[in-house]
Amino acid sequence: MESLLTNFLAKYNYWVYIGLVMIGMYAMIAKRNLVKKIVGMNIVQTAVILFYVSIGAKKGKMLPIIAHGHGESGHQAVHAIDYINPLPHVLMLTAIVVSVATLGVALALTIKIYRRYGTLEEDEIAQRINEP
Amino acid sequence: MKAFALITVLVLGGLLFYATPDFPSWGDSESPASRHVSPYYIEHAMEDTAVPNVVTAVLADYRGYDTMFETSVIFSAGIACLFLLRVYRRKSDQTRLYRHVHTGITLRIAKGGKLPENTDEFERIDSLWVPYDLIIKVCSRLIVPFVQLFALYVIAHGHHSPGGGFQGGVIFGAAIILYAISNDLRRAFRRLNERAALLASAVGVLIYVGTGLLCLLLGGKFLDYGKLADLLHTNAIMARSHGILIVEVGVGLAVMAVMVSLYYNLSSAGRHDEGL
Repeated sequence: MESLLTNFLAKYNYWVYIGLVMIGMYAMIAKRNLVKKIVGMNIVQTAVILFYVSIGAKKGKMLPIIAHGHGESGHQAVHAIDYINPLPHVLMLTAIVVSVATLGVALALTIKIYRRYGTLEEDEIAQRINEP
Repeated sequence: MKAFALITVLVLGGLLFYATPDFPSWGDSESPASRHVSPYYIEHAMEDTAVPNVVTAVLADYRGYDTMFETSVIFSAGIACLFLLRVYRRKSDQTRLYRHVHTGITLRIAKGGKLPENTDEFERIDSLWVPYDLIIKVCSRLIVPFVQLFALYVIAHGHHSPGGGFQGGVIFGAAIILYAISNDLRRAFRRLNERAALLASAVGVLIYVGTGLLCLLLGGKFLDYGKLADLLHTNAIMARSHGILIVEVGVGLAVMAVMVSLYYNLSSAGRHDEGL
């Protein structure tokens, strides 16, 4: 029982991300409003970003900026174990900005749909498409 | 539909839950993600590129090719938004509102009506009512230059502290969007019009690609900044550091312009006339 609890707590970042993915997926599938679907999509994106960044963490280590990186004393050996993993940060840095840009395109599409059909509810749009 | 969604989501959550025990614990320094290439980046970034911030070095140098296409993705998103939404219409085909500056009386000019000519006495206001908020205007006017300065700092100091082209570009775009929100869209156009924003986004991508091509012309590989050493009058290591800065400026320019252009198109639904 004790080990189960410590195991559970040691991986708490994954529980948060699984919860966020589930919330986002539910919004994307169950909600009829297109803007709510987009919000769900963004929640899933945030969950993936959290997943990546939390994988790069190392307990009690420095952020990946080399100490004494400039100046005269810059010739010490750098050990990778002292710094957290920079790679997930790099990947997510671009992903955040790209997610904003894709959000813009998604909202542009919804504006276009609203102009054409006068509604953002999925079932009403389907009804209007089937009308002659 | 709701039950179907709930079952799907629960199955997905169950699968993720089932897979989680195989993942490393939080904060594990021996996790698989930290064992392959990232030790190399951390240990060699300083001697290879003279950039203490490993994130910046990996972003613009080791993985420069990836970042170049991320920038083009952002650029294409801005262009896609423009093509989807932009509508060009003649000037006077909708109702407009004007406010007489001295008395505060609002004029409503219907479709085809005669527009006031004296622009000193009348100012155009949005037809969705916009209050005359002196406090907001003055405060944001005070904030905007400092936000812009901070954005330039974030871009230029990305080598030594958290920052870089993406972050600085977004902050700079936010400053312009703040100006557009606190005043109105037409006044923001006088500062940065649509044409300038689109040109800046294209120029930003061009700076990035151009740097890569320049390295190619100087006899190196694509985006091999070390070959710029003769041009910049430094050694190959410092040339990589400077090359990263040039590329980050390009990224910042592109991101800033695309954020602003997305805001212009979305807030006015492509009319570029009235909006938040």
